Amino acid sequence: MAEATVTLDLADRTREADHPHSLVVRFPVNKPLRLDAGIDFSPLQIAYQTYGTLNAERSNAVLVCHALTGDQHVVNTHPVTGKPGWWETMVGPGRPIDTERYFVICPNVVGGCMGTSGPASTNPQTGAPWGLDFPVITVRDMVRAQAMLLDYLGIESLFAVAGGSLGGMQVLQWAASFPQRVFAALPIAAATRHSAQNIAFHEVGRQAVMADPDWQGGRYFAEGTNPRRGLAVARMGAHITYLSDAALHRKFGRRFQDRDNPTFSFDADFQVESYLRHQGISFVERFDANSYLYLTRAMDYFDLAADYDGVVANAFRGATTRFCVISFTSDWLFPTSESRAIVHALNAAGVRVSFAEITTDKGHDAFLLDEPELFAIVSGFLEGAATARGLKPARRY
Amino acid sequence: MLTRLGHDLTMAEAARGPGGSRVDLLVVADMVEPGARVLDVGCGDGELLRLLETRGVDGRGIELSREGVNECVAKGLAVVQGDADTDLEDYPDDAFEFVILSQTLQATRHPRVVLEHMLRIGRHAIVSFPNFGHWRIRLQIALGGHMPHTDNLPYAWYETPNIHFCSIKDFRQLCHVGGAKVEEAVALNAWGRRMRLKMPWWFWNLFAEQAVFLLSRRG
Repeated sequence: MAEATVTLDLADRTREADHPHSLVVRFPVNKPLRLDAGIDFSPLQIAYQTYGTLNAERSNAVLVCHALTGDQHVVNTHPVTGKPGWWETMVGPGRPIDTERYFVICPNVVGGCMGTSGPASTNPQTGAPWGLDFPVITVRDMVRAQAMLLDYLGIESLFAVAGGSLGGMQVLQWAASFPQRVFAALPIAAATRHSAQNIAFHEVGRQAVMADPDWQGGRYFAEGTNPRRGLAVARMGAHITYLSDAALHRKFGRRFQDRDNPTFSFDADFQVESYLRHQGISFVERFDANSYLYLTRAMDYFDLAADYDGVVANAFRGATTRFCVISFTSDWLFPTSESRAIVHALNAAGVRVSFAEITTDKGHDAFLLDEPELFAIVSGFLEGAATARGLKPARRY
Repeated sequence: MLTRLGHDLTMAEAARGPGGSRVDLLVVADMVEPGARVLDVGCGDGELLRLLETRGVDGRGIELSREGVNECVAKGLAVVQGDADTDLEDYPDDAFEFVILSQTLQATRHPRVVLEHMLRIGRHAIVSFPNFGHWRIRLQIALGGHMPHTDNLPYAWYETPNIHFCSIKDFRQLCHVGGAKVEEAVALNAWGRRMRLKMPWWFWNLFAEQAVFLLSRRG
């Protein structure tokens, strides 16, 4: 489990938020982002990565939406952790989202901490990080910001939008907000609304952060502290929800960590404890605590039906987007029943939809892992959609 | 269970049309108007949907088996995992021009409810099924004294997914009580070929191995 972790001090954190190691677009003050909270936010900055080449017709763009603790570094070495990109199994040359065929764009979400405007970004009015003065944002705000990025890039219509978890929520919001701009949609391990249980889990995480004295009411940048312990506990709790009982048992069982007997103390006797502590510690080195509050809040607020008279199907009525909905058998955070609800709504709206449930014991995180069946389904779905869109096959050398 | 008799249709398998498609599926496909919106309930590995797509049909599918669904989706077909007995109620009225139930009726729990939903969701329903009134089946029960066992129906009674067999005569009665009008009926012989037209129903009921019915809502 041991690995070299890079420790970001607070100055590094704000530097990455303001001057990220990726492409970046800074919108002028007269081009604000209209937020659901009723605020025109400016100046908006969006950090993003692209892979592959945009074709002459500008018809092969795929928007990848990242999850809660993901970022724009999909298939390149992460500038902070030095680890590989988070979706290298899915995206790349010859991968299901084939960068020899498609032009892949992944922006950091609004409220994030890797270069798109968020609580760790500098507030130009004060010259200090926004902290809790940053407005509360929603999934719809994230999508609106992404639409501004596409306008800036001169891409009118996306071939596909794909993402898992919070990324899947963005996919659904894209199809609802901009149906004419989305040819194909791939929401994976997603839901049309965040369940009460999931809001409850998030609240535990937020309370853990806020209970850490180093959080300082969100003003830890000014105070020179960092709520590491609180954020690590939040991550440990959340991480359990991304796995499954079966996967934890398979990986760790009741095995002891570097010892043969219990120590009769509160050390990390068990491997699973050691693993979770490691997950917590490595997370705080790359993530901003306030960002975690904002992004979990955005997920809690997500309820697609609420914007459409309480009927999800209304969000998709008349849409010509083709959907591929995917869930995993052991995912108890976004269970298959949630994906089925998406499918029911799409059917009720008469939208073209495929739906597959993949058998795995890896839980919610299965969308990030090596799941051959997932890759076959995404490849096949995109292949069919590409033919319908008239995209040329990838040139192989 | 909603598996099409995929492995069972060995004899019909042998009977393939010019395009390499199973003849019973060609008969079904010929009943569908080009360009129509179609729902194939129990679409198996998607062979019929693929055939329909070559004819410009906007096809969707439902399949119970996860392997079948994932195979279809990987082929680029619009197929969802679902159960004819429970999931048809989620579809709105008149969502499709044709709703197809191919070699699946006998595996549903409530054939009448399924048929009624098909006629609600689609303007037309197409149902194909193995005819349990075929003389060889009758002979096995009458003389052999055991549940029938044929190349097309290879399961033992205690492990068959087919829980609601019917004859052509029985199916016509279901149409009557289920509010369906028979627009067209085609009988297929043991080799999956069309039987000559204009035969009386009793003849079909005795000699057809399979039947394909095109139905519409009555009144």
